[in-house]
Amino acid sequence: MEKVDFSDELQLVAFSLAGEEYAVDIHYVQEINRLLNITRVPKAPYYVEGVINLRGNVVPVIDLRKRFSLPPRETTDRTRIIIIKVKDITVGIIVDGVSEVIRIQSSAVEPPPGLYGSVDLDYIRGVGKMDDRLLILINIEKVIDLEALADEE
Amino acid sequence: MDMSQYMDMFMEESREHLQALNQKILELEDNPHDLGILDEIFRSAHTLKGMSATMGFERIAELTHEMENVLSVLRGAQVAVNTAVVDLLFRCLDSLESMVDSISSGDTGNADVSDLITLLRKAGQGELVAADKPKESIREASKVSEPVQADLPTVVDGIEVLKSFEINQYDLTLLQEAQRKRYDAYHIQVELDPGCVMKSARAYMVFRNLEEFGEIIKSVPSSQELEDEKFDLSFEVVVVTKEDQERVLHAVDSIAEVRVKSITPVNLKEVKAQEAQDNDIPQVVKETNEPTNENALSLKNRTTTEAKSKAKGSQTVRVDIERLDNLMNLVGELVINKTRLEQISTTNSVTELNETIEHIDRITTDLQNVVMKVRMVPIEQVFNRFPRMVRDLAKELGKEINLIVEGKETELDRTVIDEIGDPLVHLIRNAIDHGVEMPEIRRQKGKPVESVVRLVAKHEGNNVVIEVDDDGRGLDPQALKNKAVQKGIISAREAEQMDDQAAINLIFMAGFSTAEKVSDVSGRGVGLDAVRTKIESLSGSVEIETRINQGTKFKIRLPLTLAIIQALLVNVGEEIYAIPLGTIDETTSIIPSHIKKVQNQEVVLLRGNVLPLVRLDNVLEVPKTVEESEELYVVVVRKGEKKAGLIVDSLIGQQEIVIKSPGKLLQGISGIAGAAILGNGHVSLILDVGTLF
Repeated sequence: MEKVDFSDELQLVAFSLAGEEYAVDIHYVQEINRLLNITRVPKAPYYVEGVINLRGNVVPVIDLRKRFSLPPRETTDRTRIIIIKVKDITVGIIVDGVSEVIRIQSSAVEPPPGLYGSVDLDYIRGVGKMDDRLLILINIEKVIDLEALADEE
Repeated sequence: MDMSQYMDMFMEESREHLQALNQKILELEDNPHDLGILDEIFRSAHTLKGMSATMGFERIAELTHEMENVLSVLRGAQVAVNTAVVDLLFRCLDSLESMVDSISSGDTGNADVSDLITLLRKAGQGELVAADKPKESIREASKVSEPVQADLPTVVDGIEVLKSFEINQYDLTLLQEAQRKRYDAYHIQVELDPGCVMKSARAYMVFRNLEEFGEIIKSVPSSQELEDEKFDLSFEVVVVTKEDQERVLHAVDSIAEVRVKSITPVNLKEVKAQEAQDNDIPQVVKETNEPTNENALSLKNRTTTEAKSKAKGSQTVRVDIERLDNLMNLVGELVINKTRLEQISTTNSVTELNETIEHIDRITTDLQNVVMKVRMVPIEQVFNRFPRMVRDLAKELGKEINLIVEGKETELDRTVIDEIGDPLVHLIRNAIDHGVEMPEIRRQKGKPVESVVRLVAKHEGNNVVIEVDDDGRGLDPQALKNKAVQKGIISAREAEQMDDQAAINLIFMAGFSTAEKVSDVSGRGVGLDAVRTKIESLSGSVEIETRINQGTKFKIRLPLTLAIIQALLVNVGEEIYAIPLGTIDETTSIIPSHIKKVQNQEVVLLRGNVLPLVRLDNVLEVPKTVEESEELYVVVVRKGEKKAGLIVDSLIGQQEIVIKSPGKLLQGISGIAGAAILGNGHVSLILDVGTLF
């Protein structure tokens, strides 16, 4: 039997944020929701918008604009919460809109250029080129500060 | 073979056996001549040996084997039980415990036990008559590399091999019936390979194969016990069949890891005759492959112990705690949705709906109670280790202490049980080390030389109360104040203003240790503040009652369960917060102009007492939306002896809430104890009252 090697192909969920196109590896994505009612949590880290009720589970939600120090924007009917699961941690991230699922050769992903807009380079895994589009691959583990969380344990 | 899947079971069971051993050896110390206790100790040690040998933990097996030898000498009354022996046995248990612990942390568990073994051998030789037997087996055990496994089939004292076999009236009728129908009955002794891990599965296969052509009318142990693996390596059955002996033998022998030790046709006349002769329990005597005389001799003894232990075994199922947590979560969901239904029905009044909701309400409440009960375990688990600890401590410190334990059967949520052990150890150590005086001082004071330390658990409303109570020197508020001032915890001025109760509560402050010198037992400075923090993290509280020279009582109050609680929902600005009802003393309202400032702290006089106020909207950084009204709602909450009034915008009402974790990302945020999902599906945060003031 012939085997197709998918190992160098990435599947990404593309989303928009402040006019740029970003993407996150589909393995991390559990589901995509419309904006739910968010309960503010006092004294939480600045980028944590609050918690939501995800079918009976309480899930914290990160505002990606705040995390990336991008200017705040009003929510629209395109605003979505992408539910991400890394290791045993579930979080939601708020984005301006989710466009599509994209397949891309991993060879088409380049390390982040020296400076990329105002987004902290730590949060970027690379830049994917697709036709004339540029996708910023986010480093989700850094975004939710997985290391710091692991340290606390 | 991969043993990892049996590891959890092994750990759990060995801990249980060690606990049982600890307890029984303590009992033995008090009743050195009670053979029943010795037998139980022996059985536990023996099971432990078997399990550890099976799992390949040779050192544990070796040590328990040696313990067994000593125990059997004790049992034969060749050596008297004395403190030295008991101490030695305790030391062995400690060593076993540490080996088991090291295994659980992923090590081999092969500690050096040669010292203990030498001592055990000495103990076994004491002044004994039949010294030869244990000595021989010891040598054997230490020579062979896998001593225990090699020993088992012909086990030294023949424990496995022989089971007494009782035929009652009912069995007899069955046998007669079978004989009338020209069935043959066979009595089979089945033996399992010592390395066999799935014992109950083997037993099941034996049953299945035999039942293909016959009927099993009796088994010892019972089929239920076989299923629960409550047997060592052998069991016996009586099967009636039309097949011949050869076929029966083959059916059992063909199963892997199973061996037929003996198969004997049961002769009914003989059974009857025996019964006529002997009014005691009739026994089928085996004729072929009869084990040696020595075994036959020990038969009577064993019958009694077996009957005893059988009576104890209740019908239980071991369930992974995770499954129970899942169940609890689902019930939690149900409660949330029930609340939601209730809200819908209040806005749209439909009579039929109301009735149904009432039903659902009743059922969920019942269900919740049942699930809660399932998660409850008697506090015995925790309490059982204290007699041993107290004994050791008392010896070490040269004090005479009588530990009285009450309310062992009081049940608490499993999660609480797991956490409460350490704080209790601490309190008991404190009581014995600091609380109780030395015997000569007690004599001078005219107190009985033996001091009484009481450990009591009981229910009080929706709480469980645990008390640690000593009749020692008590706490001196003045001394505590001086100490606190000296350590710079409070200022001299603060000390002057402090009342006695507040002074006593000083011992809960971090960095406070009352012992003049740091002893080995307690007083390492991590003290009581850790105890209080722990208990408060379990939504509980600690209080102290003390009188100089009469004693000190620590009173721990814990909620029955942590998963579902009653809470008061309040509005702060636009936001809704839940305050656990257990922490609330009362709710009241005050007029803003009555608020006074004392040392920059807002207070109000409530029935003559000064009540510090906490403005929740400030603390929780709630966006201001509501104008200050002419009346403020205040929820008076309590933390230990301290009270505070939380200013809220309005009270919504009391509700049952399910506590959910807000997720790792948000763990450890001060002021928030968790999250709850309300009837409308929104999330509300639960206030951690303890950290607010």
